[in-house]
Amino acid sequence: MAEGIKDKVTIVGMGCTQFGELWDKGPEDLMVDAFKEAIEDGGMDKKDIQAAWLGTHYEEIHVGKGGMPLSTTLKLPFIPVTRTDNFCASGSEALRGACYAVAAGAYDIALALGVEKLKDTGYGGLPEFSFTVGTKNRLIWPNISAPGSFAMMATKYFAQYGLSPEEGKSTLAKISAKSHHNGTLNPKAHLRREVTVEQIMNAPIVAWPLGLFDCCGVSDGAAAAIVTRADMAKKFRPDPVRIKALQIAVSSGEELMYTGWDSAHVESTYRCGVRAYQEAGIKDPREEISMMETHDCFSITELTEYEDLQISPRGRAKEDVDSGFFNLDGKIPNQPDGGLKCFGHPIGATGLRMMYEMYKQLQGKAGPRQINNPRLGLTHNMGGFPVYNIVSVFIVGL
Amino acid sequence: MLGIVSCAAYIPWYRINRNTIYSATGFLGAAPLPGEKAVANYDEDSISMAVAAGVDCLGGTEREGIGGLYFATTTQPYAVRQNSGIIASALDLQPDIRTADFVGSTKSGTTAFLSAFDAVKGQVANHVLVCASDCRLTKPGGALEHTYGDGAVALLLGSDGVIATLEGSYSVSCDFPDRWRAAGEIFEHVWEDRFIRDVGYTKIIPKLISGLLKKYNLTIKDLAKVIYCCPYAREHAAIAKQLEAEPSQIQESMLATVGDTGSAYPLMMLAAALEEAKPGDKILVASYGNGGDVLLFQVTDGIDRVRDRREIEKYLASKKELVSYEKYIAFRNIVPVEVGIRGGQIASTQMSNLFRERKTVLSLWGSKCKRCGTPQYPPQRVCVNPDCGAVDEMEDYRFSDKKGILFTYTGDNLAFTISPPAIYGLVDFEGGGRYWFDITDCDLDSLKVGMPVEMTFRRKYLDEARGIHGYFWKAMPIRV
Repeated sequence: MAEGIKDKVTIVGMGCTQFGELWDKGPEDLMVDAFKEAIEDGGMDKKDIQAAWLGTHYEEIHVGKGGMPLSTTLKLPFIPVTRTDNFCASGSEALRGACYAVAAGAYDIALALGVEKLKDTGYGGLPEFSFTVGTKNRLIWPNISAPGSFAMMATKYFAQYGLSPEEGKSTLAKISAKSHHNGTLNPKAHLRREVTVEQIMNAPIVAWPLGLFDCCGVSDGAAAAIVTRADMAKKFRPDPVRIKALQIAVSSGEELMYTGWDSAHVESTYRCGVRAYQEAGIKDPREEISMMETHDCFSITELTEYEDLQISPRGRAKEDVDSGFFNLDGKIPNQPDGGLKCFGHPIGATGLRMMYEMYKQLQGKAGPRQINNPRLGLTHNMGGFPVYNIVSVFIVGL
Repeated sequence: MLGIVSCAAYIPWYRINRNTIYSATGFLGAAPLPGEKAVANYDEDSISMAVAAGVDCLGGTEREGIGGLYFATTTQPYAVRQNSGIIASALDLQPDIRTADFVGSTKSGTTAFLSAFDAVKGQVANHVLVCASDCRLTKPGGALEHTYGDGAVALLLGSDGVIATLEGSYSVSCDFPDRWRAAGEIFEHVWEDRFIRDVGYTKIIPKLISGLLKKYNLTIKDLAKVIYCCPYAREHAAIAKQLEAEPSQIQESMLATVGDTGSAYPLMMLAAALEEAKPGDKILVASYGNGGDVLLFQVTDGIDRVRDRREIEKYLASKKELVSYEKYIAFRNIVPVEVGIRGGQIASTQMSNLFRERKTVLSLWGSKCKRCGTPQYPPQRVCVNPDCGAVDEMEDYRFSDKKGILFTYTGDNLAFTISPPAIYGLVDFEGGGRYWFDITDCDLDSLKVGMPVEMTFRRKYLDEARGIHGYFWKAMPIRV
């Protein structure tokens, strides 16, 4: 059996831009900002970087295709640059590429950078899917949007577990209210205001049953990580963050075309979590994981993640939400930085932005959001729809 | 014994009360008419409605025996690219058939019928399907806005299991210029109402009907039902009087419920008449449009098979009032509306791709695994059943006629549609198979997880810049 990635690679430098509707910044600016912070944080020189991975998804509408947008913006000296795209997990894929290359011994130091400039589309939400889902799919897929595709999971979750629309929506509202609170503590977040459960429940409907505050923002941003071999990490800093697990799971098609899936959970998340815990040697995630950044593109996504990641029992995440288990002062704080809810979701940047928070928390540098003595942090980054998706589960620790 | 083997009409879900129209555009002077008219949904047109009627008409009929499809309309979506070819694909007819579009006049429905009859009689084909359908655009404020309704009908002609034999016909061609529309125009022009009424309907219809009676040496008393088109209520009655017909002999005009559905109109009334007919009844149908055709039918014992379907009655009862006139003209694309930047983004249709995937897209074919029996859509080469995984062991499988249940759904206000919210969901098909589809002809509030749905062929998108009407299947709550 493959021995996995555990403790072979460390993150020694990270950067993350302010997220938001950055009308004055182009994607090139965002790449430079994230990179500058990462390289200063890591204390190395640009010439030390031997290979780079660039995560973007809607690159057609901002930086363009290929590795050149990164290499020519940062003036990287003819090193290999690979662009990764795996829907909303593109940034996590970039980090995975860099870590695997270092673990393989191909390079000592590698860069992963994710960026997305969403606010040049001229409208809210993600770019129109009919252009991006494939030429055959656009002839036969329904007229979907991201909130609608996840709203279908909420409809079914409510029906399956016997929640009335009010019960279901109030549970989801608590999830969003918690993240909004955390976002107020983070200067880099896009949305920084408290929102009450009542406001959330009464907000206009985007896609029934999801309202405005059940949906994450639409933002621009970038984040970057510099990774090295674990045995050379201390050369750069005393508190490198170790990679414990890097797992990806991608839909098999069963969810959309076979009648086995219940539409009340995300199968890839469950499968990916199982493998990540195995790679990291985690037996009881509810007891061993200290904190998480999970993919809360929508409140229902976060609710089902609690169950799929085996933190809460099936159908009973509501109890943990109600008890504050995932609040900043709870047993496993989730979205301590405010999550996608408050950062929005510049696709390529999101996975690395999640990791940035885990990295800062493990190093004790999270300011007013600091979690008491965290040991293991988990990032869960999901792309696509409940019926058709890619999920990453990464676990890191000191 | 040749004639109609099966027939079905289709009336769209939406109705608009004529008072709603009058309230909006009555200031321009058009006289109000009583009742309501049928209005195609935003995703319907003459092709999609023809398919809806065709699906009902064919039922479980083996497609192999059908040798032709004739489509009659005055509102064909495509001027070049045969509309009947699209309908034939949607109905999953065989490729080695004769297809033709009959256009240009509202008598095209009966003319297509007669041509189909000739084809069956001449043994060109055992069965020919005739679909007539119209979805006519009218200028706001005109009289036609009140009279024209949307609808379709389909009739299968053949020699076995005939429910009504065609006993005779009589046709008149007359370049009567009451209405016209030049190539490239979207609205009809219309001459003075009194001219159309007094020289058109009141003269031409009696001439047609008496012409046929004379030709076959019949009197009006020989007829159980007389069906003719005349959108003027008073003159409709006057024609009956002129023909010396009893009121009970005259088929109800559907003007107060559906409206004048153009090419489909006389044959829709025929479908309604057949639902109440008795064996031996003689039924006369006269179309109108630059002259007209009169068809004489005799109902057979086979009618017992279909008489109690009461399909038209069910369609008339299954309706949703379109309370907004503005929404009506937006559905018909009569006035430009702000669709936003998202709504303005329409991905191009790659015709070579559409052609390659035509069975998947237009006929809703999936595949069924020969090893494990799992139906799957779209067609797969590798079986989706995780416990099977067979490769290249598939057979074709048609989903368009399978009912299903709504596994989950949403109503989406972000995705662009002219009729928000965009409703879509996952459908689990009876017999297996799952996919996601747009859901149409429903209110969001009426949907429930687990409710039964059926498939309906619709216009998925209209790409005006490239001249493309794109079609696909949607799910809808079972209507009739």
